[in-house]
Amino acid sequence: MSFTPNIQAFCCHYTSQQTIAEGKEGLKRDGMPENVTLNRLVCGGKLQVSTLLKAFEDGADGVYFVGCPPDECHNVKGSQRAAKKVAAVRQALIELSVEPERVEMFHLERGFHPEFVKAAQVMNKRITALGPCPFKGDSK
Amino acid sequence: MIIAERKPVNEILDMVKDAKKILVLGCRGCVTVCSAGGEREVEILASLIRLGMKKQGKKIQVTEGTLVRQCDREYIDGIDQWKGKYDSIVSMACGVGVNFIANLRPTTIVYPAVNTSFFGGSAEQGVWTEQCAGCGDCVLHLTGGLCPISRCAKSLFNGPCGGSVDGRCEINPETECVWQLIHDRLGRINNQEAMNTIAPIRDWRTAGHGGPRKTLRDDLTL
Ligand code: SF4
Ligand code: SF4
Repeated sequence: MSFTPNIQAFCCHYTSQQTIAEGKEGLKRDGMPENVTLNRLVCGGKLQVSTLLKAFEDGADGVYFVGCPPDECHNVKGSQRAAKKVAAVRQALIELSVEPERVEMFHLERGFHPEFVKAAQVMNKRITALGPCPFKGDSK
Repeated sequence: MIIAERKPVNEILDMVKDAKKILVLGCRGCVTVCSAGGEREVEILASLIRLGMKKQGKKIQVTEGTLVRQCDREYIDGIDQWKGKYDSIVSMACGVGVNFIANLRPTTIVYPAVNTSFFGGSAEQGVWTEQCAGCGDCVLHLTGGLCPISRCAKSLFNGPCGGSVDGRCEINPETECVWQLIHDRLGRINNQEAMNTIAPIRDWRTAGHGGPRKTLRDDLTL
């Protein structure tokens, strides 16, 4: 049976600017997978561990964050903080014996659109291969 | 403050494995400041428990709550607001909080979600270090304000052991030898002669070696 993963992408205002400007149709044309939902935050520094965990609770099969390059964050350390939160969730997945690759951190230049879409495609491919998240009642 | 650290999630999941509804209970005191058991950590742990149980195919109802403190009778009464919502409590407070719930709620099942580690301070963001062992008979006036009980691996009272090398402790080279620090500091504050004072054999009863301790203040009791 074919499986379309539920992927929740979190990103900061700056990395997603161009992507958002494309609009829904534009994104589709550019190859943005439709099963990737964008959740915008003002800054990576706003990201909470609980936000990422809630995404899994709400049925995500994969979750990722896109923030600025570590040393070029618009708000200085926001994307470094986000990376720490992602790492904490990764650790939690390992403890719970769930594939840690289900959560990922991407550092991208601000407003770089093809790369932003690429990250979504990478995650889509990866999570499709992994199959449904073991946290979901409908998996084994 | 009291420094604590959350237990590994699987240890907690094992405690609640048969529970049907739990209350994950944080504390706004020390464990909030050291990011071990405040509101934010309650949210995270509640999520992890729900996810962990779901993965095991079990159902659990998780209620989240945080009290001002768990080491005061009056605040423990606040647990009543979640009446009927839990069959056991997972306390994210330090061991004092867990004991207080057990003391005051004789039939309530309570589990510790954190390991209570030591009395310490925030050395830098995300790093806490031990500074006092609560010995009950403070000697900091003799040691330049630096504690030889909690900060010397051997709790020595009369200067360093023979293993102090380059200001580092022989037990762990990452730790500064507190006796080197005491020596240097006493010099800086012109109190070198304090190093020559021989500390007598100590009565450790105040440090808990005489059983659980209690403080009673006549001016405050009613
Ligand atoms: S001497 Fe005792 S009370 Fe004073 S800081 Fe050390 S352990 Fe704490
Ligand atoms: S090296 Fe210093 S801190 Fe370490 S045990 Fe000896 S006296 Fe204590």
